[in-house]
Amino acid sequence: MRVALFLTCVNDTLYPDTGRAVVKLLTRLGVEVDFPMAQTCCGQAHYNTGYRHQAEPLARHFSDVFGEYEAIVTPSGSCGAMVKELYPRLGERARAEGRGDSLAQALAPVVPKTYELTEFLVDVLGVTDVGAYYPHSVTYHPTCHGLRGLRLGDRPRRLLEAVQGLDLVELPGAEECCGFGGTFAVKNPDVSAAMGADKVRNAESTGAEALCAADNSCLMHLGGTMARLRTPLRPVHIAEILASTEEEPLA
Amino acid sequence: MSGTFVGMPAFPKAAHEAVHDDTLRGNLRHATHTIRDKRARAVDELADFALLREAGKQIKDHTLRHLDRYLVQLEESVTAAGGTVHWAADADEANRIVADLVKATGQSEVVKVKSMATQEIGLNEALEAEGIAAYETDLAELIVQLGHDRPSHILVPAIHRNRGEIRDIFAREMGSWGRPAPDGLADSPAELAEAARLHLREKFLRAKVGISGANFMVAETGTLVVLESEGNGRMCLTLPETLISVVGIEKIVPTWRDLEVFLQTLPRSSTAERMNPYTTTWTGTTDGDGPTTFHLVLLDNGRTDTLADTVGRQALRCIRCSACLNVCPVYERAGGHAYGSVYPGPIGAILSPQLRGTASEIDASLPYASSLCGACYDVCPVAIDIPEVLVHLRERVVQGGEVTSGGAKVRLKPAKGHAAERAAMRAAGWAFARPAALRAGQRFASRTRRLHPRKLPGPGKAWSASRELPKVPAESFRDWWQRTNGGTTGKSPNSGTSGKGGAAK
Amino acid sequence: MSSRDLILGRVRQALVDVPGDEATYEQAVSRDYLRVHGSLSTAETVDLLAENLADYRAIVHRSDPGGLPALLARLLGARGEPGARRVLVPPGLPAHWLDAADATPVPDEAGHTAHELDEVDSVVTGCAVAIAETGTLVLDGSPDQGRRRITLIPDHHICVVRVPDQVVSSVPEALERLDPARPLTWISGPSATSDIELDRVEGVHGPRTLEVVLLSEG
Repeated sequence: MRVALFLTCVNDTLYPDTGRAVVKLLTRLGVEVDFPMAQTCCGQAHYNTGYRHQAEPLARHFSDVFGEYEAIVTPSGSCGAMVKELYPRLGERARAEGRGDSLAQALAPVVPKTYELTEFLVDVLGVTDVGAYYPHSVTYHPTCHGLRGLRLGDRPRRLLEAVQGLDLVELPGAEECCGFGGTFAVKNPDVSAAMGADKVRNAESTGAEALCAADNSCLMHLGGTMARLRTPLRPVHIAEILASTEEEPLA
Repeated sequence: MSGTFVGMPAFPKAAHEAVHDDTLRGNLRHATHTIRDKRARAVDELADFALLREAGKQIKDHTLRHLDRYLVQLEESVTAAGGTVHWAADADEANRIVADLVKATGQSEVVKVKSMATQEIGLNEALEAEGIAAYETDLAELIVQLGHDRPSHILVPAIHRNRGEIRDIFAREMGSWGRPAPDGLADSPAELAEAARLHLREKFLRAKVGISGANFMVAETGTLVVLESEGNGRMCLTLPETLISVVGIEKIVPTWRDLEVFLQTLPRSSTAERMNPYTTTWTGTTDGDGPTTFHLVLLDNGRTDTLADTVGRQALRCIRCSACLNVCPVYERAGGHAYGSVYPGPIGAILSPQLRGTASEIDASLPYASSLCGACYDVCPVAIDIPEVLVHLRERVVQGGEVTSGGAKVRLKPAKGHAAERAAMRAAGWAFARPAALRAGQRFASRTRRLHPRKLPGPGKAWSASRELPKVPAESFRDWWQRTNGGTTGKSPNSGTSGKGGAAK
Repeated sequence: MSSRDLILGRVRQALVDVPGDEATYEQAVSRDYLRVHGSLSTAETVDLLAENLADYRAIVHRSDPGGLPALLARLLGARGEPGARRVLVPPGLPAHWLDAADATPVPDEAGHTAHELDEVDSVVTGCAVAIAETGTLVLDGSPDQGRRRITLIPDHHICVVRVPDQVVSSVPEALERLDPARPLTWISGPSATSDIELDRVEGVHGPRTLEVVLLSEG
């Protein structure tokens, strides 16, 4: 099976390790991965900040870049939700504005074949034990778009539970938002920081070594908060745990 | 009298105070977490809750889409049952109608059932200006009124107060309104409730005019419905000779049967009970039982403007349960007052800017008072997609466009405060349309990464004041991919670390 | 233009997007939610009612026609010292129910002032419908229940429910039995509030003690 890696602009620029982990993991599972070099940004930040019209060309560009692939895999719940939930809405809104069906038709092909990474592993590949080894205690934060947008449910947990050596610790208040929220983090910095600090304190209370999530945007906010609060915790993307093996442990 | 929300600062500024008020944070955290878990249990008891939610949404949507027809039907049925229907286009008109009705009775005081609609229009203040004293009788509203305070929650307006604060307010203020609080009043909820019982009873027993809102109005029968807990509602709805109900036009349901949906979903979503202690339904007037005169004031006050927006109109499905407040992480930390409206929390963030428009600083900031986490949508018993409407209203703020205001179509200009952001979004849009430009930017950032400051100036300060910045890696993923041919050749660069951990690593 | 015409005009203007041939009310609302939750026998439904009433702090008793007067006498007699002295009686309440009670019956009269009702200790009524799933009693002002205010001002309410005839399982079943033209009072436990720290406390303005007698007939 050949899939396109939709890495997201944030991961591409700031978290290349996550990208390399996804490639390593999927390759190990027998999937051929391509990274279409023309990919940029899904348009989520534009859309969620109120710039829907500026998001439209980005969505069209996404569809042009990824439309031909059998499956599109992304290590981001929120960018995955943008494509799966909000691309159809972009099309509907354009139609409601009297601009016809062209946008809806352009975006339709990518919607059903875009998968968040854990969704792809569990639902498409049908695996929960990916042969990973990660001898650390980990607490898992389900990010909002994965939890309530994509309804990832217990998929990430099942994957983590199958990791050899990993001690999964329950995170109190797990389903509460971490406070990132894209531009919310800078438009409402006090509330955002308070939410982040509470999340970090909850994670710290578990005694885990690492806080894991399936979205680096949330982890950027939480990691930055951990560093500022000088907690011993470290943030880690789930792809990096799942890619880690006894032979090649996570750096 | 309770304070007003006029001239409120933008949400982030108001929230700044609240976030750093430890007592308030503690009160809100305790209360919202208490109710959150109870609600989940109450909802889980009904295997068909999702279907009830969908039916509730459908009933409300259908009603809103044919609201003219149902309003006329309601007017006919209320009139046939002995009531008198008045129509109020805005707050001033509603207040004038009510004041005139009270004055016509010759009374100078009224007892009130907790009502969001009368809070919204500032009825108490308007009546006071006419020499009429309006006594709030709901325990939380009483706490707010006696405390010269503002409501901060839809269901529990005094949620920001803890028992100790309430004891102090009662001990200090009750005497100047009527029966004083008992000497040595303790702060147990039971004793505080008893003090309220004694204080209000004399007012109930002598009241000649009651004022209420309503949770539902049934078009086919002309029946009004009020759900409550304490019995103050029953007192106000049945003891006075005259009853005046001020109700938003969106509160209609078509049929009596429709109540079977909402009487199951509202109590469980609101107070997390199978059923609230008291519900009163009345249809016009009844000989020998309850008020002999009944007036219904149907209130627009921005509702028809909201109805005109095909995305935003779903906010009018709201049945004021407040479940969205109780699960909202932003509400929990910012408190209700920061929303600058009697409708705080997620529903307030989409309702206020629609009912009042986005002209004021506070109303223009409300659509951003959310991390779009979606917890509100999940618990909403009429499935209002609050995040969808928030984003829609953000668009209205930053891009402007056509809206309906006071029944007229007007074209809004983009809000001034967002010019820099608009430019940044445009620039980002330009770069993202050109992978080469994105790559050039990434390379520039990587090459200069040792020079990046740990704290940002200007707008970036909002980030770096409380969080470390991510480190920019030596090589972007796309450069690595190209250099190593997808990892098949060449070695991993020494960049190694991702920047999530920031400086602490 | 009247405000009525203004508002109706605004509503119609706001709804120009709604097509004329939209689904009807019946088509628009799917009623595929449950009519009752679970499938209980009649006796189990009455048990559920008792359980849910008690869960919200109503005091539940069971009786039969022969034992009812003695039970009511006992409940009224147990109210403080020396027991309830005056008890409100709606016009249609079977007179013999209170034969054994010491308290003076006060007939429900239109002329009573609220202050006069405040001097009464207890009230005894029947009910229209009781809902098992929610532990709710519904009064509809029938002669055995009286005016709404008589079950509101006294601090002690004894409500007699004829089981199983007056018991339904669910809210949908209750609404079907009730007449919207009558003023209805739905009661689920005694007066309560959650206004202080969102914690439930029983007893504010309505009767602080609610006793329910489940009366099995014959």
